[in-house]
Amino acid sequence: MSILGTRVVRTEDPKFLTTGGEYTEDVVDERLTGAAHVFFVRSPVAHARITGIDLAAVRALPGVVAAYAGADLDLDPVRPMPGLNAAMAQPVVATDTVRYVGEPVAIVVTDDPYLGEDAVELVAVDYDPLPAVVDPHEAATDATLLFPAAGTNTVVTYGEELDEHLFDDCEVVVTRTILNQRVAPAPMESRGTAAVWGTDGRLTAWIPNQGAQGTRRALAAMLGVDREQVRVVTPDVGGAFGAKFGADPECAAVAWVARTLGRPARWSETRYENLLGMTHGRAQVQTVTIGGRRDGTVLAYRLEVLQDCGGYPRLGALLPSLTRLMTPGTYAIPRVESFARSVVTNTTPIGAYRGAGRPEATAAIERAVDLFAAEIGVDPAEVRRRNLLAPFSSPHANGFGALYDSGDYPAALERALAAAGYDELRTEQASRRERGDAVQLGIGIACYVEVTGGGAESGAPNENATVEVHPDGSATILTGTSPHGQGHQTAWAMLASEELGIPVEKITLKWGDTDLVPRGGGTGGSRSLQQGGVAVRQASLELLDVARERAADALEADAADLRYDPSRSSFTVAGVSQAAVSLATLAATERLFVHTVFTAPGATFPFGAHVAVAEVDTETGRAVLRRVVAVDDAGVVLNPLLAEGQRHGGIAQGAAQALLEEVVYDADGNPLTASLADYPFLSATEVPSYELVDMATPTTYNPLGVKGIGEAGTIGATPAVQNAVIDAVAHLGVRHIDMPTSPRTVWRALSEASGA
Amino acid sequence: MKVSITVNGSSYEDEVEPRLLLIHYLREVRGLRASNVGCDTTSCGACTVLLDGLSVKSCTVLAAQASGRSVTTAEGLSTADGELHPVQKAFQQEHGLQCGFCTPGMVMASVGLLAENPTPTEQEVREGLEGNLCRCTGYHNIVRAVLAAAAAE
Repeated sequence: MSILGTRVVRTEDPKFLTTGGEYTEDVVDERLTGAAHVFFVRSPVAHARITGIDLAAVRALPGVVAAYAGADLDLDPVRPMPGLNAAMAQPVVATDTVRYVGEPVAIVVTDDPYLGEDAVELVAVDYDPLPAVVDPHEAATDATLLFPAAGTNTVVTYGEELDEHLFDDCEVVVTRTILNQRVAPAPMESRGTAAVWGTDGRLTAWIPNQGAQGTRRALAAMLGVDREQVRVVTPDVGGAFGAKFGADPECAAVAWVARTLGRPARWSETRYENLLGMTHGRAQVQTVTIGGRRDGTVLAYRLEVLQDCGGYPRLGALLPSLTRLMTPGTYAIPRVESFARSVVTNTTPIGAYRGAGRPEATAAIERAVDLFAAEIGVDPAEVRRRNLLAPFSSPHANGFGALYDSGDYPAALERALAAAGYDELRTEQASRRERGDAVQLGIGIACYVEVTGGGAESGAPNENATVEVHPDGSATILTGTSPHGQGHQTAWAMLASEELGIPVEKITLKWGDTDLVPRGGGTGGSRSLQQGGVAVRQASLELLDVARERAADALEADAADLRYDPSRSSFTVAGVSQAAVSLATLAATERLFVHTVFTAPGATFPFGAHVAVAEVDTETGRAVLRRVVAVDDAGVVLNPLLAEGQRHGGIAQGAAQALLEEVVYDADGNPLTASLADYPFLSATEVPSYELVDMATPTTYNPLGVKGIGEAGTIGATPAVQNAVIDAVAHLGVRHIDMPTSPRTVWRALSEASGA
Repeated sequence: MKVSITVNGSSYEDEVEPRLLLIHYLREVRGLRASNVGCDTTSCGACTVLLDGLSVKSCTVLAAQASGRSVTTAEGLSTADGELHPVQKAFQQEHGLQCGFCTPGMVMASVGLLAENPTPTEQEVREGLEGNLCRCTGYHNIVRAVLAAAAAE
């Protein structure tokens, strides 16, 4: 019986449950003996010129090893990615200007970690304040420039001039500006680095990351050394969600300190630093315009995006390109256009966060469809039915550069509606409205299609794997993907076990050490299984080909007469049952391994439909999420237990954004949510158990038929939950409530609608 | 100052700074690194351990306050031959962990919860674990794991 598709429990779990994972802060290595502790002095002002830094007092403190100002670091500023405004480089440590609260301005190095917390207080920095630009609209006016040399705050734009006639033949046109607010990825493990330079001049750096190879590339570039001089080792990683791709400037600073002092150095970020210093996500202001006929047919849709990049253009500047790529979503709309502008503001830089640009696209169109439905007074499910793309099995070009590989969006919607009991919910809603209940019921729908597996280290989407069988019958897999909670150890072992017959428990997975796995694209963009996992399967099959030739020699038989018996991990000769040779025996004679690369024809496009049910107390504005019903079709499922876990986690993060999480700044750029006491991180009491509905349409883009599942939850659930909250109070005249739909925003919307 | 603390059944006497937090005592002095520090405001619960059988956030307890008392961490839950505690088993069976960072604290909080209420409802589990944050699982399988552990005991 095949192991594929079964609920294999994770082999990695016993360690995490007993002695715990070995995260960067936990790493004990003799090379790190006597490591100095690095602390960053961070700017308390959002925008200012640095007029002086006095390090005398801190340097005089016993136990302080060294202290550095930005100018002491002989490292070049980090250049923005190609295509972005090149004049907006980010210094590793600020030198003359600070551009957000939390930006590093000085470094203090101590022998003892407790001392460092005190020592940073002794660094005196003089700031000459500049006007802080917090609102991206204000940034777009260029009234105050963050980078005067750039002459603009615009980092990049996407799209062409808008067509003023786009809505000419529409009976109804609705337009609305909606906020896709800034949120904090806040993985439970913050950032960190441990670094040591060997006598051979090579750096070894332990950094929590999503792909050691990309982290090495970024780190080497910041340090101005060759990639070969850097070895990145990936300890266990306590969550990432897009925010641990590559390497942040602090990682380079720690490596620089280690090189300068000739002593190992390490840094463990506090949560306060994390909420200021790790990239945030989302942060788009969107204007949607949707038009069509009163019968529910949508004829035209326009999406305008203003992306807040924060103080320096990081990956966030590119997010609108992904949003734009997915502009029309699951719909067949005759005319669609989109324009986006990315601007810098005096806030924490924006990066990838679970979904990275695609949740924003889905939120925009799913809100737009609901606004349209409300305007014409047609049920939102019915409007979706009328406008969804018909099922297709050959690729569909969406007009924005995306080639949807396969999809049946109407089926996903109908399954979700049926599982939710949509008609009964509407009946219940009608009763409550009729009675004028204080607690009203809302039903929110979101249909989505997303892009997964689009990224690659270079060229077409690809990933490598090495599979080796050892003389004791065990096996080792090397992968260029990089698990940080997804369960690759179990999943990749299942794939090799399926082909080789070696039990999952006897297969070890290794990743994240660039000396061991020099190439790889890491884990992100929901790419792991469809490229990395497929490569493991391919390597296993190729290993059997190699082994078959050797077995033929060993058994003095024709390779064509050999049959592989997975239950014994052995080749047998047809008709001669006692003639057999195992992989282990072959491995004892000569190393038995295969390295291979799987290249995909392109990205895949998972899809689905979510239905959320919320209750809203119309007297207090409090919204409570009661149900989430999710149909997520990511092709064939390798391990339902793991796939469901990915869906659960994504749904929670989507619900978190829809209901409560938001990074808030005041008008001067002071963060008001810089601790977990202030940032309303989702807890167990704020979500229900989720109702998952299976649907699996295989893709032809890989032999396993799999697509990505990691980000489906945030993409589908965020607008479904937001729509549910709005739907609960729609009969009171509310058409839109920005996220997060906190009691305050809901109550304000109710007050405005009633004219109070 | 001198503290005398029983950790996972063994007694230790150590000289510590008065301001040393219990979490740092466990991690740095005793080398027990399962419990983690995930915040600086006693919000996340990644450092949760049992103090005389009750779950506490060890980032908000001084090592000195634990003197003369008994501390249990995730390392001390399983038996000497490596057999997992029923709560640990349930977390594995129900896929109640992903990245693992919150897990030791979440497990200890769950053990503490079940000690107080051996047959909780789903809502009671959710409320009981409100002080323990997880970013990966969406809490769904954590709740299932605690309910499964309760049913198994």
